Amino acid sequence: MNSDPVVHKPDRADIATTTDLCLLAGKIMLQSGAETYRVEDTMSRIAACLGFPKSTSYVTPTGIMFQADEAGAAKLTGIAERTTDLQKVTAVNGISRQLSGGQLTAEQARLKLKEVECAAHAFPIWLQIAAASIASGCFMIMFQGGWNDFVPAMFSGGFGYCAVIYFHQLVRVKFFSELMASFVVGLISLIFVQLGWGHALDKIIIGSVMPLVPGLLITNAVRDLMAGHLVSGLSRGVEAFLTAFAIGTGIAVAITIF
Amino acid sequence: MFAQLVTSFIASSAFTILFNTPKRSLLQCGIAGMISWMIYLLLQGIWGPILASLIATTLVGIMGQIFARLYKLPVIIFSVAGIIPLVPGGIAYDAMRKFVENDHNAAVQLAAQAFLISGSIAMGLILSEVLNQMVRRRA
Repeated sequence: MNSDPVVHKPDRADIATTTDLCLLAGKIMLQSGAETYRVEDTMSRIAACLGFPKSTSYVTPTGIMFQADEAGAAKLTGIAERTTDLQKVTAVNGISRQLSGGQLTAEQARLKLKEVECAAHAFPIWLQIAAASIASGCFMIMFQGGWNDFVPAMFSGGFGYCAVIYFHQLVRVKFFSELMASFVVGLISLIFVQLGWGHALDKIIIGSVMPLVPGLLITNAVRDLMAGHLVSGLSRGVEAFLTAFAIGTGIAVAITIF
Repeated sequence: MFAQLVTSFIASSAFTILFNTPKRSLLQCGIAGMISWMIYLLLQGIWGPILASLIATTLVGIMGQIFARLYKLPVIIFSVAGIIPLVPGGIAYDAMRKFVENDHNAAVQLAAQAFLISGSIAMGLILSEVLNQMVRRRA
């Protein structure tokens, strides 16, 4: 908090508004892939600058509990889906900073947060797919693959990312969409190698599954564990494990069948 | 080596598009990813992948702190971009594939390696944060 508490005296908003505001901010951040400690920190900051310095929160990847004041009731919010959306993390961070700087009132902050919550991905979907395919090709090179496999890796990575988006809209089960997407990746890579356009099957596959694999999830899980958020760390670890399992299975099925 | 630098730069900035990073930070994110991959490649031959990723993450975390202050964005953007080339996604996938293919020995080995590397990345990020706080307190 940069502002001097004597000069800037916050008007004490009522408990319910503060709780809702904090929960909304926390929910957006958690859904967008912020670390647990950052979510707790932001919520307690917002509460403090609205006049509740002794707020308590309990954050797990699937839900947040928050109590603004000892006198008030605690509230709970559930979280069904988590992605990585750093734009939203940045936006919420900015709003909480403006709030503690006194540039926003609680009501304005709530409206802004609502806006952030509904905001779509800043990049169009074709650009995301293009980015995924380019990243696949580049990762293939970084894993010591040859340049003659660059285009096959790009194609199978791009189609894999398409598949994960498509299947996720079809059935809202993350495990299934990842399994199908990696099956598609395995299939396309195999076709390329069979046609003689691709050469090292393993390199092509590992490059093209990179946009799907949970590398960041694993790291975040370990970070949570080290920060003492044991429940969050373990559940994030399980999520990462499931994703890796889905991808491994999809590829293995594709290779075994054909 | 040059090809590695270029591809790691492109891969990191392409990944930040998937993570919906603010547009004005794409370039810096690419640079962060490239530097971490370069340090990793240089040190990996001498000290092995685990220590190499620890050092690379620490340095890129410090760089992220500097970038964050320069461009007034949260640190998470740059630290995520910087660790993109290092995170053991490929190893985790390999481990799971070995499990599915009934090659349990190789699978456990790979899984342990993935766990250790992600541990060292997390350590590196925490280390850079601690260093940042120490410098700030001193100043």
